[in-house]
Amino acid sequence: MARRLPRKDVVIIGLGWTGSILANELTDAGLDVVAIERGPWRDTATDFPISYAQDELRYHLQHELFLRPSQTSVTFRNNGSQTALPVRTWGAFMLGNGVGGAGIHWNGQTWRFLPTDFTLRSHLTQRYGTNFLPADMTIQDWGVTFDDLEPHYDKFEYLCGTSGQAGNINGTIQDGGNPFEGPRSRPYPTPPLKQGYGHMLFAQAAKELGYKPFPLPAGNLSQSYTNPLGVTLGQCTYCGFCEWFGCANYAKASPQTTILPVLLRKPNFEGRTGCEVTRINLDNTGKRATGVTYVDDSGEEFEQPADLVLLCAFSLFNVQLLLLSGIGTPYDPQSGQGQIGRNFTHQTMSGALGFFDKDKYNFNPFVASGAIGMIIDEFNGDNFDHGPLGFVGGGYIGEMQTNGRPIETTAVPPDTPAWGPKWKQALRDNYLSTINAGGVHASFYSYRDNYLSLDPTYKDRFGRPLMRITLDFHDNEIKMSAWLTNKYAEIVQRMGAKQVVNQYRKPPYDVTEYQTSHLNGGAIMGDNPRNSALNRYLQSWDVPNLFVMGASAFPQNAGYNPTGTVGALAYWSAAAIRSQYLKNPGPLVHA
Amino acid sequence: MPEGLSYLPRLTRALLVGAALSLPVAVSFPALAAGIDKQDFRQIERGHYLTIVGDCAACHTLPGSGHDLAGGRAIETPFGELVSPNITPDPVTGVGAWTDDEFVDALTKGTGRDGTHLYPAMPYTYYTKVTRDDALAIRAYLNTIPAVHNEVNSDQLPFPLDVRMSMTAWDEMFFKPGTFEPDKSKSAEWNRGAYLTEGLGHCGLCHTPKNILGGDKTHKQMQGYNLQGWFAPNITNDPRRGLGSWSIEDIATYLKTGHNKTSAATGLMAETLNLSTSKMSDDDLTAIATYLKDQPGDPSNQPNQTQTDSAAPDQAIMKAGAQIYADECSGCHIGNGKGIPGLFPSLNGTPVVQQSDPTTPLHVVLRGALSVGTKPAPTAAAMPAFAWVLNDDQVAAVVTYIRNAWGNSAPAVSSSDVGKARQQLSERSD
Repeated sequence: MARRLPRKDVVIIGLGWTGSILANELTDAGLDVVAIERGPWRDTATDFPISYAQDELRYHLQHELFLRPSQTSVTFRNNGSQTALPVRTWGAFMLGNGVGGAGIHWNGQTWRFLPTDFTLRSHLTQRYGTNFLPADMTIQDWGVTFDDLEPHYDKFEYLCGTSGQAGNINGTIQDGGNPFEGPRSRPYPTPPLKQGYGHMLFAQAAKELGYKPFPLPAGNLSQSYTNPLGVTLGQCTYCGFCEWFGCANYAKASPQTTILPVLLRKPNFEGRTGCEVTRINLDNTGKRATGVTYVDDSGEEFEQPADLVLLCAFSLFNVQLLLLSGIGTPYDPQSGQGQIGRNFTHQTMSGALGFFDKDKYNFNPFVASGAIGMIIDEFNGDNFDHGPLGFVGGGYIGEMQTNGRPIETTAVPPDTPAWGPKWKQALRDNYLSTINAGGVHASFYSYRDNYLSLDPTYKDRFGRPLMRITLDFHDNEIKMSAWLTNKYAEIVQRMGAKQVVNQYRKPPYDVTEYQTSHLNGGAIMGDNPRNSALNRYLQSWDVPNLFVMGASAFPQNAGYNPTGTVGALAYWSAAAIRSQYLKNPGPLVHA
Repeated sequence: MPEGLSYLPRLTRALLVGAALSLPVAVSFPALAAGIDKQDFRQIERGHYLTIVGDCAACHTLPGSGHDLAGGRAIETPFGELVSPNITPDPVTGVGAWTDDEFVDALTKGTGRDGTHLYPAMPYTYYTKVTRDDALAIRAYLNTIPAVHNEVNSDQLPFPLDVRMSMTAWDEMFFKPGTFEPDKSKSAEWNRGAYLTEGLGHCGLCHTPKNILGGDKTHKQMQGYNLQGWFAPNITNDPRRGLGSWSIEDIATYLKTGHNKTSAATGLMAETLNLSTSKMSDDDLTAIATYLKDQPGDPSNQPNQTQTDSAAPDQAIMKAGAQIYADECSGCHIGNGKGIPGLFPSLNGTPVVQQSDPTTPLHVVLRGALSVGTKPAPTAAAMPAFAWVLNDDQVAAVVTYIRNAWGNSAPAVSSSDVGKARQQLSERSD
């Protein structure tokens, strides 16, 4: 029997980026907020101190900061004719765990999506006609526009201190920035990171080919910065231990380095770690959440009543908790009916290896940062004419040397033996003179048969069904990937490589090979309850005192990393809660 | 409450009190008639502020107990542990049954209610400078807090120190009673600073060196003292070891926020900041800074920044230290030792690393340190522990290096110094 705790105004499930943002905004509004986090408390000096933060074995190979598959996992299959099996060690994506969530171990790429990404179906059908899109592609408009989100992108970037070069300020194109970006209201808070030799060479080659290269916007700060909350971040030391690592220098934006020092001082905030929410409770109408039930590390069960429930876990687990709590209608790929689990997507990653003459080129790959790089955006979204190409979507292309870490930086030319003295010699010969970190970061649009559902067989430690992923690449993404990869390879060739090895994304989707951790969709936002789980403010259509944050709301994935948009949506939703919902609790959109 | 207002309805009185409170708290209040008016909200609030200035909670509140000022906290002294008494108004276990005179005598003379002597862990040697009005205001405030029944046995010192009569002799030697006398040649601000620093603020309790019997070495006032695993640094205006390189504003900002452009509070000072100085008025902090900037320190030790005052350390040690610094420290503290303002303290020219006693840098390197978060400076970055990374020789080299690089100058630290510090820190319960 669950122990019933005193009521709170707000209960937040998961204390990562979105949970921290919402907690800070709503405690500012005077509400009494509790956040419930299943993982541990984490902080810089205790969990990734400078004295061992750069431990590749501990963090990268042994997954120190990630969810333990023994705690919970997911099952995977490529299509509905297969039987899904549980993932027993993380492969294609990494799942964060603990306070800060994935905000601790991200690389720091802080993008805005293109204005047309938010009106994708309308835009593409208007430009290319209604028959251009594949019949089973289920992309749709977001119900929110770039202009709606601009102030909130801005707020997130100024929270993080993002380092970058603006490309478009209020409609005026800026030299050295991304000319394709939507108009931003002001420059980035800090200047771009300094770029390494490989990046400068890429930018030079791209310019020679007629492109407009610009520095990747980075959450790894080029200089120290004090954000509007009064929290100070340090400057990046280019150590190259970002992705899957916590930053020991307080230089990478994370909830720990931007919000938590302020949030934890507030008397109307409380965080409970080691507590896993097992369901969102509903009243007998099924239309109102009464709070959550959770289990702490000792196994004791609690009920936390609250007026407002904010689901701020990782995308997969947001969807799982909705399904387990009986909120909304589970998606059925046969009929196309139901919204929970629908339009699940990932990202289409590819690249090319460039081997250069070791006597002429030294890229010093260990001088690196998570979001360092020079990028071109000519082939992202609908920045180029897809008409003759027979596919939609795109991505950014760039040289991004995020690390030269010793255990895994082992690219050697294709004819090298896989071990032995010749392999070692090839590694020595190529370590400093190989371009192996960069490539194509492309969209993954949504399809009728890619979705999330509860697994019929495999259960977690509480006996609840695991989340089942059904996912594969479709021809559209494969064609797009091949075309973009060739564009990238052309630039690498132009840089002066003696050998370029293209690494195309090939089907089937392989859950064992790391791609990126950008899992999206499953509880998407939209303009009416027949095409979405959430309204444009991330409010559940079915349970109006429930809001669901994060990338699970993306109707499809764009050719960018998601964190900037996740942060902007969180601030957008928080503003709607503060300015509209609290005054008149109930549905914010009637449709 | 002035008598003339007593006929006003309660609400109006409250509004007037509110108006009075909106004034800066440092304005001088009109002297009150001796005694306590339990309805005098202004006196009570002033008393509340003064208990913060006096940092009563540091000793008299057991952290985590939820009972303000109910005593029971163990106070570490060089002679053993004392347990702080209950100063809530509980008549049996607190001070509720005390007369005002008994209270004032305890505070300013160190005499207990039954005629016994208090130990000078209770800083009556400083509080003696407190005016009777201020003492009564503190009493008035203490009368208003919740009475907690909490019996505390304070007497836990070993023989012969457990004989409180021994304190009579101690007082003869080291206690100079008497209310603060302003120095008419100095400004009002200086005098306010002196009153707070030497009196309620009792800064010297940590920062003034003690003789073997625990009495202040008054000729070395505020020149630094080793206690509880730290070295409370020199806070005179000494140019290298003291606050000579800090402006009045730097000092006031540090006391208010825990941070300034070069430094961050940690250890015992972090607690003092949290409970006391961060809650003090800007005017009082500026007054304290003004007074401290006028303390010359040791007149025989006035090196300027270009002079060194200790033998130059072994160059081989300095070279090893520089290499360890580059590998382990420079990521945050930067190659030039200047750190990141508001985040990572500067080591370059910083007094705390150049004290004659290296206890604090050794503590920070071996054990790590958490700086203090305050509302204006919430970041509270932390230094990780290096005890498991660096051996005694390496710690000695890197600490010697930071004490002597970039124009810094302080005695070298030996491996055996590090070994002793490592041992002592490992035995500490905190």
